[in-house]
Amino acid sequence: MEAKIEVRHLTKRFGPVTAVDDVTFAVGRGEVLGFLGPNGAGKSTTMKMVTGFLAPTRGTAAICGLDIIAQPIAAKRHVGYLPEGAPAYPDMTPAGFLTFVARIRGFDGAEAKRRIALAVERTALSSVMQQPIETLSKGFKRRVGLAQALLHDPEVLVLDEPTDGLDPNQKHEVRNLITALAPEKAIVISTHILEEVDAVCTRAIVIAGGKVLIDDTPGKFAARSRLHNSVRLMLADPAIDARTALLRLPGVAAIEFIEDGEGKALLVVPQEGRAIIAEVTDLVRTAGWPVAALRVERGKLDDVFRDITMKAA
Amino acid sequence: MRTTFIIFRRELASYFATPLAYIFIVIFLVMAGTFAFFIGNFFNRGQADLQPFFQFHPWLYLVLIPALSMRLWAEERKSGTIELFLTMPISMTQAVLGKFLAAWAFAGIALILTFPFWITVNLLGSPDNGVIVASYIGSFLMAGAYLAIGGALSALTKSQIIAFVVTAAVCFFFTVSGSSIVLSFLNGWAPAGVMTNLAFFSFLTHFNAIIRGVIDLRDLVFFVTVIGLCLFANAILVDLKKAD
Repeated sequence: MEAKIEVRHLTKRFGPVTAVDDVTFAVGRGEVLGFLGPNGAGKSTTMKMVTGFLAPTRGTAAICGLDIIAQPIAAKRHVGYLPEGAPAYPDMTPAGFLTFVARIRGFDGAEAKRRIALAVERTALSSVMQQPIETLSKGFKRRVGLAQALLHDPEVLVLDEPTDGLDPNQKHEVRNLITALAPEKAIVISTHILEEVDAVCTRAIVIAGGKVLIDDTPGKFAARSRLHNSVRLMLADPAIDARTALLRLPGVAAIEFIEDGEGKALLVVPQEGRAIIAEVTDLVRTAGWPVAALRVERGKLDDVFRDITMKAA
Repeated sequence: MRTTFIIFRRELASYFATPLAYIFIVIFLVMAGTFAFFIGNFFNRGQADLQPFFQFHPWLYLVLIPALSMRLWAEERKSGTIELFLTMPISMTQAVLGKFLAAWAFAGIALILTFPFWITVNLLGSPDNGVIVASYIGSFLMAGAYLAIGGALSALTKSQIIAFVVTAAVCFFFTVSGSSIVLSFLNGWAPAGVMTNLAFFSFLTHFNAIIRGVIDLRDLVFFVTVIGLCLFANAILVDLKKAD
């Protein structure tokens, strides 16, 4: 697969602070790369260097084979970029703003109109086209930023927290949009919402302290969880002591009591790499316990994320 | 060229999107008129020329131009649009030039709107219109020089207020260094070389020469050079400070 975004040994120092430390990755067409990390991990700084806003201290990035340092203008033509916070000129209307962006991207007349109309349709902006951007809600502002990034139908999309500040419906729409665009483009999104990675990304990179800690698919990423393949067992009769019997099962590492929105339950944690659902169901059947709920946990991205980033810190 | 023009157009339109443009023009015209008539004795001098009108321009610009230039980069940095702007397929030269030319054109519009003075003085007498045209050109170039200084300083900060104050202070220095107050203060004890140099860097020295009808190309070149150097510094400062 040909890499549309190629990042090589990208490093950025601000005085004594190393914000991004030797980051290397490549993204091909059809890939959606999720950039994960706690605040201040270096996600935005990396994106700013990839899009040519910041000059790297060391290393470089190439967009569609064009070096962002040597051929910045040519490289920038292939990128649609939504900066953090989706900035846009507050006293302009979306109509005026998108016309400006279209012109700067080299489109005029009917072609500009056609492209603006398409971007507006994709981001559902038509109802606010004539209102000053400063009067728009956070959701609309974000969509103006997205429309601007999509306008020239770029091969590479770099979206810094595209769903930040949106309500659940809007988040869903933006994720659908990203998924719809994905086959044609190489996309990088940054986020600290882990469910988003699950929902839209084909690959996830975890970055903390400026370093890449993991570069993997979201599924394998979740499999790193201690709770991967653990069994959540909720008994109808809380009086039953299932703990001792469960602990004796082969492959079981620990039993945990959990209490959350669903009620009280037991979490049977397997030894690393083992699947224990068969053993647990057998035991439940033989013992004749009344079961209210039983399911296998995939392991939460959140836990893995916390584990990895805390260790790094 | 085309890209610079697109940036120019957006910037110029943005002045008129807020009340700033209209307030600026009204205040400029009212103050220019007030100074010319009441302090400059436009009528009582009994001379048909616009010197009493033009001689206050440096002082007017000193206060008003920083209000125009303060937003050039500080606002972009504050709102984060600079990140959007500089990741468009444009060069730094186009960005700096487009913004500067828009601000300069706006100052030019305000200046052109003072044309009733010209008409008035032509109705009352027969002035040397050559000198008046030269004065207008000189005033426009001087406005450009103040704007270029302000633009470069505006790239240093996210705060428009700081940009305003610093620009006004720096412009004040470039103005008064040639005024009779400073020069007479130095006269008698400072070396002649210091005084000449100080006076040379003053906008007043060059502008006063132009409006007195002494058209010397060197005075025009001075302003153009100041503009060029400041725009160059502007590009470097934007590059250095954009990440902060």
